[in-house]
Amino acid sequence: MSALLDIDRVGMTYVSGTLLARRVVRAVDDLSLRLEAGRPEIVAIIGESGSGKTTLARMILNLATPTDGVIRFRGTDVAKIRSNHARADFMRQVQPIFQNPFEAFNPLKRVDRYLFMSARRLADARGAEVDALADRALHQVGLSLAELRGRFPHELSGGQLQRAAIARALISAPKLIVADEPVSMVDASLRMSIVNLFRSLRDELHVSIVYITHDLATAYYISDRVLIMQRGRAVESGAAREVLANPQHPYSRLLKASVLSPEDAGKPTIAANT
Amino acid sequence: MSAPLAKVADAERVLDVANLRAYYQTWHFGVSRDVRAVDGVTLHVDRNEIYGLAGESSCGKSTLIRTIVRAIRPPLAVVEGSVRFDFGGRACDIYALDRARLAGIRWRHLSYILQGSMNVLNPVRRVRESFVDFAFRHIGKPMPQFLALVEDHLARLRLDPAVLGSFPHELSGGMRQRVTIALASVCRPDFIVADEPTTALDVVVQKDVLALLREVQRQIRSSMILVTHDIGVHANATDRLGVMYAGRLIEEGRTGEVIREPRHPYTAQLVTSLPRIGDIEPKQGLDGAPPSLAAPPPGCRFHPRCPLAMEMCRREHPPMVEVAAGHRVACWVKAPPGGMAAP
Repeated sequence: MSALLDIDRVGMTYVSGTLLARRVVRAVDDLSLRLEAGRPEIVAIIGESGSGKTTLARMILNLATPTDGVIRFRGTDVAKIRSNHARADFMRQVQPIFQNPFEAFNPLKRVDRYLFMSARRLADARGAEVDALADRALHQVGLSLAELRGRFPHELSGGQLQRAAIARALISAPKLIVADEPVSMVDASLRMSIVNLFRSLRDELHVSIVYITHDLATAYYISDRVLIMQRGRAVESGAAREVLANPQHPYSRLLKASVLSPEDAGKPTIAANT
Repeated sequence: MSAPLAKVADAERVLDVANLRAYYQTWHFGVSRDVRAVDGVTLHVDRNEIYGLAGESSCGKSTLIRTIVRAIRPPLAVVEGSVRFDFGGRACDIYALDRARLAGIRWRHLSYILQGSMNVLNPVRRVRESFVDFAFRHIGKPMPQFLALVEDHLARLRLDPAVLGSFPHELSGGMRQRVTIALASVCRPDFIVADEPTTALDVVVQKDVLALLREVQRQIRSSMILVTHDIGVHANATDRLGVMYAGRLIEEGRTGEVIREPRHPYTAQLVTSLPRIGDIEPKQGLDGAPPSLAAPPPGCRFHPRCPLAMEMCRREHPPMVEVAAGHRVACWVKAPPGGMAAP
């Protein structure tokens, strides 16, 4: 089978400071991951803050160029995309969803405008087609254009706005969605509906999803595979249920032990991880 | 806002909030608008107890605690109700105090860990200077002794006293959060209010910070209100739990009881919708969105999203009814007044 996304031993080094006071940060180090084409799946990338998750997402989205290794999307090296045409083609197939929907949308612009722009620029829609495409994408996430038309971001709840962000990503019928902590800013009562939505995107629209999170419970709930990162390195990976039910690496165990479960209610005996 | 310094009935009670209403009141071109962020909340906190406050964003949690510590400014105003503290026999209504006495109470008896407290520390001053700014005047000791005391306090919390010489940007998020907790507890206050102290942290650091918070509270035997939307945090850190929805308290009781046997449909939804490791059952989120506080629905504010809603729920707001010892619920279906109530 051919690979949809092939991350081949990539690394990313950030250098800051001046010649004499140089600081080198290795954000991602020797990381490999392969998603097969024709078999949509949800891959969760788990790790604490500063473990390089977001850097990895930016590299997959071609917002940052890896300093080592190659990322190939359907056989093409992402870093070699130069022309506008090739870039638009890449954007059509790989779409991002960001953490905080209130920051992702400009508060002074109407939300529907983002949907229309994506429809015009990425799906080459014109005239009435634009509305039809936007409406169809919104229906896929349980909203409709009638509800959203003319609304500003502050008029929607966090959950609705995140759904609108997902609808925008769906307009160009992408093959891969990179979601960077998509539910951490969404209210608890709305969180599960977003998580379930990802699952239906995989099952019904056959979109592969790279789901970046630090929440092990939702990762266990929706993902097929997990990759646990610590300080830029992959420390453990495999089938989600197996890895999270029985983690082997000490860091994975620490992560799992740190999850605060509602089951412990009534015996508040929380202890520090030494 | 009645006469101050009346003795609070129960000596063990540190905080008594009675029927508190706080609205954001705006008036533009003859059109007035009230956003009822806190609408008739009654609760109390006992000595040596952590009281958890749960609820989603914009349900009035932060407004409630800002009202409790009297850190309010227009357009937010207290419309009705009272907030009484009892600091070791010295009872007071916080809204009846003058500025000087309020300043004397703040930090000494009542301290506040703010939301996103990563950004509370002054970025151009070393941590030591922040300690001096906040706490020096309350401790009343000469500077060398004060600094020794701060270092002792940090050591007790297993924090390296070397952080005193650092600037906030040199510390990690978890470290900064620990410093603000140390800062809020250095005067050994009777009451600490913590607004989302761990929300910006990841799981591993979150657990350490919560353990620290709990340890501080046990060491100085103070009371605490802990606000967060994360039920997992409440389950592991709080003694009693109050759940808010659209400006009202809808359920309250011992944390274990509320989480294991939630009565209100909203609480039940919050608890059961959480995925857990080892559990692959499909879970459903709630449909709809939280109501606008400027024009809340009539009757029970949860009824548009409630699967159990009846005719009654659309008309009248349910009162808080005690269904078991210390467990109060506001719901016409699950806790009808005089019906299922405990004898």
